This record gives sequence, structure tokens and C-alpha cells, in this order.
Amino acid sequence: MKKRYLFIAFLILSITSLFVGVKDITPLDLFHLSEDQLQIMMISRLPRLVSLIIAGASMSICGLIMQQLSRNKFVSPTTAGTMDAARLGILVSLILFSSATMMEQMIIASLFALAGTFLFMKLLDRIKFKDAIFIPLVGLMFGNIINSITTFFAFKHDLIQSISSWLHGDFSMVMTGRYEMIYISIPLVIISYLFAQKFTVAGMGEELSTSLGLNYRFVVNIGLVIVALSTTVVLLTVGTIPFLGLIVPNIVSIYHGDNLKKNLSHTALLGAVFLLLCDILGRILIYPYEIPIGLTVGVIGSVIFLYLLMRRKAYA
Amino acid sequence: MVEVKNVSKQYGNKNVVDNVSLQIAKGKITSFIGPNGAGKSTLLSMISRLISKDSGEIFIDGEEVSKCNSNELAKKISILKQSNHINIRLTIRELVSFGRFPYSQGRLTKEDWRYVDEAIHYMELEDIEDKFLDQLSGGQQQRAYIAMVIAQNTDYILLDEPLNNLDMKHSVQIMKVLRRLTDELGKTVIIVIHDINFASCYSDYIVALKDGKVVQEGPTEEIIDSSVLKGIYEMDINIEHINENRIAVYYA
Repeated sequence: MKKRYLFIAFLILSITSLFVGVKDITPLDLFHLSEDQLQIMMISRLPRLVSLIIAGASMSICGLIMQQLSRNKFVSPTTAGTMDAARLGILVSLILFSSATMMEQMIIASLFALAGTFLFMKLLDRIKFKDAIFIPLVGLMFGNIINSITTFFAFKHDLIQSISSWLHGDFSMVMTGRYEMIYISIPLVIISYLFAQKFTVAGMGEELSTSLGLNYRFVVNIGLVIVALSTTVVLLTVGTIPFLGLIVPNIVSIYHGDNLKKNLSHTALLGAVFLLLCDILGRILIYPYEIPIGLTVGVIGSVIFLYLLMRRKAYA
Repeated sequence: MVEVKNVSKQYGNKNVVDNVSLQIAKGKITSFIGPNGAGKSTLLSMISRLISKDSGEIFIDGEEVSKCNSNELAKKISILKQSNHINIRLTIRELVSFGRFPYSQGRLTKEDWRYVDEAIHYMELEDIEDKFLDQLSGGQQQRAYIAMVIAQNTDYILLDEPLNNLDMKHSVQIMKVLRRLTDELGKTVIIVIHDINFASCYSDYIVALKDGKVVQEGPTEEIIDSSVLKGIYEMDINIEHINENRIAVYYA
């Protein structure tokens, strides 16, 4: 897959995304938008497009960084407890400060996400049995334990509804005034670019990194902070998007290898394209209603994922 | 010169390396031999600062290893361990280019790429330089990793069992490359090796370890000797002279 084609698909899907919706707006209307058409564009359609692109790109990059640092192709924010820990963090912030602002929620949730991911990485160090499939299973179990804690306290404090709204990704609620936090992901993506080469070296293991003079612990920690922050930001603005961080980096790795400097932009672009496609499908399949993005990503994602697993066996 | 002074390392109650002192000459190949569990790999890892030592000092060109800046040290000493071989989808050329990491921090200059190309040429990997590591045989992978170490261009090259899992042809090829690295480029090579006949044919000095202690050290022809080897391996080993090489016969 050439970057050029990916970019063309990205452009087409972005434009399509702007003109799909209950309110009829065609590209021709652009030149003489009525008052309410303009409002729809500015308040709903554009924010939705921006958050789709940023969420798609940053979740894929998170997956890529986690897979590189853990040296396991099946690790991602949703299979390593990161998402679950962030959700527990949101609950804690809701309980402790009954009227927590988005910013406070974000800080507390990302601290939890960081702690959760860190704990998972520590677990990985201790696990002797390094089977590729075994590790994400441990991650899923670990995530579910955190989840049950979250559910328990959410029940106790009557917050189940608030928590479950973060369980399912939903872009239809993205509107001016409540999505801007997602822009925090942009500097994080830039930092990932700057550290790309170092992440690749760290992905070759602690001993080889040390032999090449890399401060391994420092680079791993930077990576985990990026992952925790981006995951939290996406979780708070659009909710959980499963599979994205898992499949996109794996697809890119098959045709481009694991050199982060080379495949980071591909991963980001493919992540955005994939999410845009799933979102548009979800919006037109049962028009004028919407299928939640988590469902479309989940269904399409699991099919692609199964295909990847079979293919892997074929050439191994 | 590498100088090891009274170095010890414990795992639990076991002294894996027990008060070892030795000097390793510059511009030569030195082989560490000895039975399994003698502490050879641990000593090699300590010299290259991959693991910390419990006591003692290690000097490389007069500087204590643990006090050196890790990145500066990476321009002076490189180590390749068997466990370094990991499942990462990089092409040979990409992998070798990471050997320049201590100098470039990932932003390779023309000069850096010249080293990369030379290293690939040195290991005769030009034909397959764009292949991914996971498409290669064990021998090709090992050559790719050694090319990376050559690109790192350090005075000291440490290799932990570089011939593991290689067939005869590739073993000989790699030992010949190590010989050329010392003879042509003046590198100092330290290897941990199990096959004493390879140690005998290619190394200048041999250090024999047993139970964490140095039991013998000296020029190769002194160590490859029936009575000395009996002390190390506790078995009868005949030494035959074949074409000026000392070959240990221990198979029957």
C-alpha cells in the first residue's frame, strides 16, 4: 500500500464525512451555505471530522509504541489495561471531586492510565512464559480486574451511567465546546515522531539498547507517558475504541516492518482512514440512525484481525 | 586494554563470578572457555556494563566502566549476545544502520551511511540487504547482527557464543571475519566460545573459567594442552597437531 493512495483515500473519506448526516448538505451548497447549514458544519461536522482523524491517528500510534516497547504484536491500550485504568481514574475523579472539570478528570485519569500500563509492563518482566498470545490474555484479565473494581465503586456511588458512557466510543456527541481536549494529542504525536528512532532501538531489547548507548528506562517511560495521555484524552472525548491500536500497526508492520521512523506516518494515516471509514459506514447503514463506532470498528476490526492471525501462520 | 580487578557477582548465595582479575590485550582475539555455568557470559556482560557487578573494578583504556557515560562507552565497546536476537521486522540495512546510533542518535549523516555500507560489504550481505530479518536463516541473521556491530565501529567487540546454532561453513566464515577485524582494523575481540577447536585455531589468548574463577589463562598454545585442559574440563583430551593447528580430540 503506497502512502500516496492512502492519502487520497484519506482526503476522499474526510470530504465524505463532512457531507454525511441527517441535515442534507451537498458539496455544491458550500458556496452558498445557509445560516443553519453553516452552524451544522462548524458545530458538529467539522469537530467530528477533526476528532475522528486525531483519535484514529493517535490510538494507532499508541498501539504501535506499546507493541514496540513490549515487543509483542498483540499488546495495545485495550489489551493491556490502559483503557480500563483510565476509566477507573475517571470514576475516582468523579467520586473525589463531584464537579471535576474536564482538565481535572484528564489529569487524574491519565495518572491512573500510566500506573496501570506501568504495572502491566512490570507484570511482563515477571512472566517467565513469554508466549505471544499469552501476554495479551494476561493484559485482558488485568484490565477486567480493574474494570470490576470500577464497576463495584460505580454501583456504590450511583455512577454506573456516567461510567458506561465512556465504555462505548461515540462520535455523534462530538460538538464544539466538548471535544477540544483532543487537540492535546497533536503535541503527543509530534513527540512520538521525535522519539521514533529511540523507540525502535528500545524495541530491540534492554541489552541491545544499552550496548548502543540508549537510556532504555527513560525511553520506555517516555513511551508509556505518551500512551497513557493519548489514551485518556481519546477516552474522555469520544470513549473506548476497541481494536484500533491493535490492527492498524499490525497491518503496517506486515508490509513496512518495524522501523518506527518509516512506518509512523503510515500508521497514523491508516488509523485515520480506518476510523473514518468505520464511522461513515456506521452513519449510513441504518440512516438516519447511527451504529456506534465501537461496533463497526469491532466487527470490521475482528475480521481483519482474524485474517492477520491466519496469514501470520501461513508465512511463519 | 581491558583490566578486570577483583570482580565478583552473586546470584542468591552462589558466586557466579568469584574475585576475578585479568588483563585482556589490545588488538588480539581472546576467547573465554570453560564448562557450562563457569561465569563466562556473566563476566562478558559485566565488562560491557549490561549487568552490574557486586564488587571490584573494570577498566577499559584506563576508565572505570560504571563511571563512564553510556553513550560514550557505546562508541568504544559493543556486545552481541545470543539473547539479542529478537523478533523485529527490520531489513538488514536498517538493522545495520542502528549500529550508528551512538554517533547519530538516529539521524544518520552521509558518513554514517558509508560505515553502514562498508559493514554490509564486510559481511557480504549486499544481495540481501533489503530483506527483513525474519525472512533470513539463522546464519544470515547472525551475520547481519555482526555487521551492525562492525558499523558501530568500536575498538572492543564482545561476542557471546557467536557460533551458536551455526553450521560449519558459517562458523568458519564468522571466525575468519573476526580474525580480519583484529588483523586489518586493529580491533580487540573477546568471545565466549564452547568449541575449543575454534578457540584453538583462531584466538591469540585463552582465558579458562570454572566455577566463577579463572583457572588458566595464557597464549593459545599454552592452554590447548592435554594436561591443562584436563584440569578445566575433567576429561582426557588428546591434542593432535594438524597443519600447524592444535586440534583437541575428545569425541571418544
